[in-house]
Amino acid sequence: MKKHPVSLTVNTDTYDLLIEPRKTLLATLRDTIGLTGTKEGCSTGDCGACTVIVDGKAVTSCMMLGVSANGKEITTVEGLASRDQLHPIQQAFIDKGGYQCGFCTPGFIVASKAYLDENPNATEAEIRHALGNNICRCTGYTKIIEAVMSAAEAMRNA
Amino acid sequence: MRNFEFFEPTTIEDASALLTKYNGKAKLLAGGTDLIIEMKARTATPEYVISLEKIPELADITYDEESGLRIGALTKLRTLEKDSIIRERYTALAEGAGEVGGVQIRHLATIGGNISHGSPAADTAAPLLVLGAQVRIASADGERTVPIELFFLGPGQTVLETGEIVTAFECPPRSANEGSQYIKQKIREVMDLAFVGVASSAKSDNGTVSEVKIGLAAVAPTPLRATDAEAMINGNSLTPELLEQAAAAASAQSSPISDLRCSAEHRREMVGVLTRRTLQAAAALAQG
Repeated sequence: MKKHPVSLTVNTDTYDLLIEPRKTLLATLRDTIGLTGTKEGCSTGDCGACTVIVDGKAVTSCMMLGVSANGKEITTVEGLASRDQLHPIQQAFIDKGGYQCGFCTPGFIVASKAYLDENPNATEAEIRHALGNNICRCTGYTKIIEAVMSAAEAMRNA
Repeated sequence: MRNFEFFEPTTIEDASALLTKYNGKAKLLAGGTDLIIEMKARTATPEYVISLEKIPELADITYDEESGLRIGALTKLRTLEKDSIIRERYTALAEGAGEVGGVQIRHLATIGGNISHGSPAADTAAPLLVLGAQVRIASADGERTVPIELFFLGPGQTVLETGEIVTAFECPPRSANEGSQYIKQKIREVMDLAFVGVASSAKSDNGTVSEVKIGLAAVAPTPLRATDAEAMINGNSLTPELLEQAAAAASAQSSPISDLRCSAEHRREMVGVLTRRTLQAAAALAQG
C-alpha cells in the first residue's frame, strides 16, 4: 500500500516522514518519531491519554490519521517544559500530587494546557467539564482539578 | 487497522468521482471520530479512504439576515458550540453540538459526519429539525437539497446515494423573538450518548407562540418531529394544561426501544418531560 510523504512540526522540530495511511497520529508520534510521552489507553477516543495539541486545539490523537496531520503544528507533553523549567501545569501536578501511576497524566496536562490557553480564567466547573474527555483510573479527580486550578492561578500571575 | 489507499481531493467533484469509482469499497473521512474507531474494530474495512478536509468550501459558517445560516459540512462541532451567532440565534444547535463526546472529540468531529452517520441519537439532529435545516448534497452530477426531516431513513441509513456527499446545512434567518433549546438526557455530564434528546423552537407573538417545532432523538429509528404536539401549541399561549397535552402527544409520537442504557418506558416518559421543558425554555428565550 502506498506510503505518503508527511511533513509535520512536533514541538519545535519539523519531521519529514513517509508513512502508511493507517498509522494514527498517536502511532506516528510514538513509533515513528519516538516521542512516547503521549500514551495509548483505550484507543477509542474515550480516555484522553493520547491527547495532543494540533494547531492550538486539543485532540485525541488515536482518532486522527498521521496523514491528516500533514502540514500541522503539534504540541506533545514533551514540548511543554522549557530547558530547565517545568511548565506551570506540570509543576502544579507535582506540587498537588495530581497523579498516582502517571499514565493519564500527559493527557491531562496537555488537555489542561490547551483549555487554559483558551480560557485562562476558567472556573472549577468549567475545568471539570473541559477535562471530561480524560479518565484517571487510579484515584478520584480532586487532586488533578486542584493542580489545574493552582496552575491557572500561577499562569495568570506570571 | 487494515491498510487502505488514502486520497485528499480538493474539489467536491473529485471526491464524488472517487466515491463512485470505488463504490462500496470507499469511505469518506471527515473528523474520523466514528470512521477510525470502526476501522480499528474492523466493522468498517474500506480499501479506499477519501478525506474531505482539503475541500475549502466545506469549512465555512456564514450568516446573512436575508438568506440565513449556512454551515459547511466539515465544520467542527466545537466551532458550532462557540460561534456567537449560532449561540444567540440558533441556540439549540450550539447546545446539541456541545453535547457530543468531550472537548478533544469535538475538535475533530464535524456536523456533516454527525448527520451523515445516520444515528437516531445524533445530538445535532433534533436541533437541525427544529431550526428548519435543509441538507445540501452534491455529487459529480450536480446538487440537490433535502429537508432534514426526509434525510434519515433508519438507523445508519440516509437518503445519500452512491457518490453523494453532504456539503452544507442551511437554516432560514431567525429574529430576536425566536428561541430554541436542546436537552440531552444522559448519565455522565460528558462522553455519553443520549437516552433521549429533545429540541424545541418557538416564536413569541403577543403572548402566544407560533412556528413551534419539536425534534426528538434516540426515541425512534430516525430523529423525528413531534408534529401532533406542534399543531396543538401553534397560535396558543403556553398554559400548564396545554404543555401537559403537548408533552403527552410528543410522547405518543415516539417509538423508543429498551436497551442497555434505558427502558422504552423511561424514554417515552422523558420525551414528555423534555418536550415541556424545552418548549418553556424556547418560549422564554423568544420573549427575550
